[in-house]
Amino acid sequence: MTEPVLQLAGVAVDYGRRGQRVRALDGVDFAVGRGEIVGLVGESGCGKSTLARAAVGLEPLASGTVTFEGRDVIHLGRRRRPDYLRGLQMVFQDPYESLNPRRTVGELIADGVRLGGGSRKQGLRRAAELLERVGLPTAAADSYPHEFSGGQRQRIAIARTLAAGPSCLIADEPISALDASAQAQIANLLSELVDDADLGLVLVSHDLSVVRQVADRVAVMYLGRIVEIGDTETVWASPLHPYTEALVAAIPRPDGAGVLPVDLPGDVPDPANPPTGCRFHPRCPIAEDSCRELDQRLIPVAGREIACHVRSGSAAAPAGPPSD
Amino acid sequence: MGTLLQVDGLSVALPTRSGYHKAVDDLSFAVDAGEVMGIAGESGSGKTMTALSLFGLLPNGARVTGSIRLDGAELLGLTSSQLRAIRGRQIAMVSQDPSTALHPILPIGTQLTEHMRYHLGVTKTEAMTRAAELLRTVRIPDPEQALRSYAGQFSGGMRQRIAIAVALAAEPRLLVADEPTTALDVTVQAGILRLLDRLCRERGMAVIVITHDLGVMSAVARRLYVMYAGRLAEAGPTSELIARPRHPYTRGLLDALPHPEAGGAPLVPIGGSPPSLGRVPAGCPFHPRCRYAQPSCATDRPEPRLIADTHLLACPPDPLRAAPAAEGGQDSPAADGGQDGRAAP
Repeated sequence: MTEPVLQLAGVAVDYGRRGQRVRALDGVDFAVGRGEIVGLVGESGCGKSTLARAAVGLEPLASGTVTFEGRDVIHLGRRRRPDYLRGLQMVFQDPYESLNPRRTVGELIADGVRLGGGSRKQGLRRAAELLERVGLPTAAADSYPHEFSGGQRQRIAIARTLAAGPSCLIADEPISALDASAQAQIANLLSELVDDADLGLVLVSHDLSVVRQVADRVAVMYLGRIVEIGDTETVWASPLHPYTEALVAAIPRPDGAGVLPVDLPGDVPDPANPPTGCRFHPRCPIAEDSCRELDQRLIPVAGREIACHVRSGSAAAPAGPPSD
Repeated sequence: MGTLLQVDGLSVALPTRSGYHKAVDDLSFAVDAGEVMGIAGESGSGKTMTALSLFGLLPNGARVTGSIRLDGAELLGLTSSQLRAIRGRQIAMVSQDPSTALHPILPIGTQLTEHMRYHLGVTKTEAMTRAAELLRTVRIPDPEQALRSYAGQFSGGMRQRIAIAVALAAEPRLLVADEPTTALDVTVQAGILRLLDRLCRERGMAVIVITHDLGVMSAVARRLYVMYAGRLAEAGPTSELIARPRHPYTRGLLDALPHPEAGGAPLVPIGGSPPSLGRVPAGCPFHPRCRYAQPSCATDRPEPRLIADTHLLACPPDPLRAAPAAEGGQDSPAADGGQDGRAAP
């Protein structure tokens, strides 16, 4: 990977007031390069949306740093974002809520250009280009968001982020609110944009199949931490962390064979009161006594990194697969 | 096992500003006891209206024709008190959104026992014992505590499992599950699919699963009904429809799915979107989005016909008759990107 466009180092995010502090994100290291899609997967409550929000400066950090193109991404609260952060943009889950219903699509998109110092006229011209780029007719500029379907609205939201000339996009469940065929269209669009404009993209999704389809690398999160990260193909073909294994086995396959997906018993524990040692050990099929005590760190094993000393230990042993 | 539900020529017309329009158009199907049947299609294909018509819960002013028979007894035209005796007891529903399916300020125990006491006439104590047992079945930890808790105290996955427990409380013979796992994580989804499968095998309960997720269908449903714009497009054994889809729409739904074995090949979306109520095209409703459409498709209404023992197809040109299996579908003629000009430049 070349110089990363976005880098998170030791990022922790806390929610709640003094007494009731919940650590939603706990020491996450993570980087995205240009032209790369990194998928972020995990069950609800694992901190993937928190990570996405922290990455664009929407959450204050309890510790660690987020760096975009070499400069710090600071938490902004209600203040205006500094110009150097214009290249870091977010696509939200619900295109019904993220677009102002009282302004035309053209005006919505032109804002991005005007905030960068362009004129209204330049903005509207750029809006027409961008609408075409995301697969909508240029005439859409004169319509209002409610005149469009969910998939079309998500295209509009994407066109609006593109107006700022971004080098990195963070997309938080960008397709989960859409219909099956619209999901495929938006997933394809995002991956084309990454190739064409050399963008970095962080794709947060609970739909593992879509991440598998478009992401170059995948990071699997559990209870505020990354437990496995590596090339999508490698991780999918031979998941090493027992949690990744369980996630992959739980995906129902559209092969008509009538095979029931494998169940992972139990729920994600309360993040306010995380288990000691490895946070996955209460649900883990291969947990050993030591897992209750030893805190796990990411260790490179067999072409990816995992946070599981049971698996990294056996993989490093002569009988295991070769590690590189 | 015998036929439990028999639906014949069901049509549902909904009032709109421009008059009545059919949301469900001449649909027929049957469900056997102990069977899981799937209904697939995009939003607006009439799946949910079909489900609601079974319960007499259609929007005000809806016109229903045809016949819905449960164990031979006609459900259409029943009075609301007659329907109350059937809802929950004979047929029950699990809807997509677990946050609205449960009452926010009634304890879970009350919601679970209401059905039992009304339909089964058991005492309060016995109902509570059964309710705890039911929560254990859907794997809610500490059921006794859960009975005294409120919906808001549970996570989305747990709420959906509780909603399923409520639906199962009066031991219905048919469960209608409308996108029961769409909002859930794959791990929770796997648990619920296994639970439904077990209930069918152990209790002989029948299930209609409504979803656009063909992966979910493939896992639990033995038979599949694919609907488009309120009509049947194709129906048959799930394995056959998925391996060799004959309707271009079924094929389109499959190609739009990320395939676990196919690696990073781009998804092939179906161009355009389904027609809205009242704007259903003449002839075959799918023809404007169909890459195989012929002139006759714009004029002739396709009627479902049997192409194999249990395989129904509503596509007279049948362009996929000799097509290869869907496994290689990613590089099919779809490569032109569809009909709507949305292909990448």
